Amino acid sequence: MTRAISWSRRDFLRAATGAGAASALLGPAPLRGLALPHGRKAIVVTFGGGARDEETFMPEGQENIPHLLTELIPQATFFTQVINRGILGHYVATASLATGVYEKFNNFAAVPPENPTVFEYFRRDLKRPATDTWVVAPSNGFNRIGESGSRSYGPGMGAGVILPKRLLAAALSSGGKTEYNHLLLDNYETPLYAPEVVGSEVGVHQLSELLKLSVAEFTSHARSLASPDELSVYVARELMRQLAPSLLWITLHDMDIAHSGAYSLYIEGIQRSDRLCAEIWRMIQSEPEYAGKTTMFILPDFGRDSDTDPGGNGFQHHRTGDAISRTTWMMVMGPGVRENVIVDRPVDSTDLVPTLGSMLGFSPRMAQGKPLAEVL
Amino acid sequence: MLPSQLKAENFRAYPPQARQLAQDHIALLQQLPESFVPLLLRELIAYDWKFPAERKDLDRQLTYLGSLSDQQRQQELAPFARLRLSSELERLNWVSAPGQYSEQLTAHLWATHQIDAFRDAATDYIHRIDAALPQQPPPLPRLGIAVIGAGVAENKYPLFRKLRPQGVYFTQVKPENGLSVLLDAVAARATAHPEPFGHWYIDGGTQENISCPAITCVSYNALAPARTALLNKMEKAIRSGIGGPEALRTMIYQLRPEELGLSDTPDSAVLNHFQVSVLTEGSGTQIFSTIFVQWAAREALRRAQPMTTLTRFAPRQRNRPMNELLSSGRPELALDPQGSLLDADMGAFYNWINQQRLPGAEQSGFLVWFEDHAEALAIAPSLPRGTQSENAVDLQQLLGQMT
Repeated sequence: MTRAISWSRRDFLRAATGAGAASALLGPAPLRGLALPHGRKAIVVTFGGGARDEETFMPEGQENIPHLLTELIPQATFFTQVINRGILGHYVATASLATGVYEKFNNFAAVPPENPTVFEYFRRDLKRPATDTWVVAPSNGFNRIGESGSRSYGPGMGAGVILPKRLLAAALSSGGKTEYNHLLLDNYETPLYAPEVVGSEVGVHQLSELLKLSVAEFTSHARSLASPDELSVYVARELMRQLAPSLLWITLHDMDIAHSGAYSLYIEGIQRSDRLCAEIWRMIQSEPEYAGKTTMFILPDFGRDSDTDPGGNGFQHHRTGDAISRTTWMMVMGPGVRENVIVDRPVDSTDLVPTLGSMLGFSPRMAQGKPLAEVL
Repeated sequence: MLPSQLKAENFRAYPPQARQLAQDHIALLQQLPESFVPLLLRELIAYDWKFPAERKDLDRQLTYLGSLSDQQRQQELAPFARLRLSSELERLNWVSAPGQYSEQLTAHLWATHQIDAFRDAATDYIHRIDAALPQQPPPLPRLGIAVIGAGVAENKYPLFRKLRPQGVYFTQVKPENGLSVLLDAVAARATAHPEPFGHWYIDGGTQENISCPAITCVSYNALAPARTALLNKMEKAIRSGIGGPEALRTMIYQLRPEELGLSDTPDSAVLNHFQVSVLTEGSGTQIFSTIFVQWAAREALRRAQPMTTLTRFAPRQRNRPMNELLSSGRPELALDPQGSLLDADMGAFYNWINQQRLPGAEQSGFLVWFEDHAEALAIAPSLPRGTQSENAVDLQQLLGQMT
């Protein structure tokens, strides 16, 4: 099944973009041995809430991802078969992406990952300050993702975590308005429930100081945005301008409204993510601190259930663990990464962290995956 | 407790028919693996409120398991017996609360990378039962009808894309009295074959007047008080610090009809337990009428295996963008007919898939109609696949072509 998924993506991409296979380009490739550009940076964009091929890479889904298809894929190396063998819950799966180990904790628990995160490896090995790596995530449940519970790493060694929706709710509440609590109800798997935040995420006034942005400006801008993901990208842009972190992790989550069962809203979420990914790439190209030295990774944390698995309800959830829900894709673009290339071989979700390690020069000792040679 | 330690008194708290069934099969239950018997009990404990088709299916499972020799049964259930359980699971009271056990077992299987093995074991088990004791097709070929797009005046979205390969796409349907024609067709089938829960009408808005008692009716608007009661209970539980989404879910699953203002009298208990399950187990069913209809139909088909299902999707409430939520106060109940049409188009596809899972699928028919418009798609053994018809036809004639 995963092979079939890979083939359908590959065939479609070839037809749509004229992309070539990595196998034809690998080997003693001239780009491989090049020295890393000075001050190399990486931005990882994950979708917390996968999008299925039916709504994206299959012919009938093409209309939903014009930016990925026409702007980004032609500049990217595209992995057609990224398998997630872990727990298919968004927090635990994103934590697994960030540690390179399939984490086993309760998806709904406010706990840190057990294994060191990419942010901790990055900071300790490269002796980077706390301001050099950030996570922007929409869901309150992600507030512990910045650093692990590992004894060797852990507290004080990770990334700053910004939860824009929570900041917005706090900013609005501080003005005497409390009717915005719905902004916190952002976990589509458990509607109406907002976990208590017990982590060390950045507060609204701290963010204001860091980004040189007043609370009033922040709330005013938020009022012009249609969705939490747009707010996340806005915060990411301000981070890039003010702090220019070398390792930035953005988790988009709008499309996970699929859990509500409204297909049209799920499609809107995909279309918005498609647009925002292109926007982030353009931001990278337009910021002097990032242009020409930044690699961007885009990948869903996993897929969603197939229409035909009797254990699921199609696009709505990711509960069956079937091949469709476990198989997703990844695109990588930036300096030294081959453009318009397709990689068909199956790779693992946990390969991301070792790849980032090889790219940026740190050693993710406890990660289970392997560096992806096709983009190194 | 181990299954071998089960005694008749362990089932004292079960509803009467479930208790009797468990006690009648206690020797069999004692021989089943620890990872399997709670899953069977999860079905059994709700026996009193199950539809006839579900009861028949549970009886079929018990008959099948009882017909095997000890060695055959061990072999049959070995994949379940091989699952590694945790000491926490072993300590749970899986006899009294098999549903909670099932939830925690699921979490454990995911965390220990055994979920795929469990899926395979469950699939093989069902296939073997079906092979040994095949389910019989219904006395009347099944007919599914989906009415979509209420409130949409103009539409540019290409409808029925996923279903078109399966049947005939009609582009010149005369829409006059369409809904009445379809409801009359359901009533005629129900009158001719009045099996309990054999014919369903599920409406995402307000139910049309139906005089046929053999039709089981469920509607989103009729359940408004129950939905409000449920949302209030959820909010109250959250405010009181219930202790996490899983605790909240467990609390919701245990709700009984009377706790949501629905009666639990013998003549209404089965349907009201079903309606409560749609609201408590279906994600989004409390908020959006389109998923309410799709999920209710899915569950009705899966559980009651009806001969006839008419679903009518109505406009759901609009999902307000963030800036709008921030710039105005309390939410207004605006509707989103166009978005609901997309939801319903997908919902109709899922209705067809779920109907095709049932016995007699090769004889089944399915019709989806864009309400008050000229587009419809019909699937039936008598109709070609992947074709389009420009012939003017009314819905009565269209139904006639399907038989």
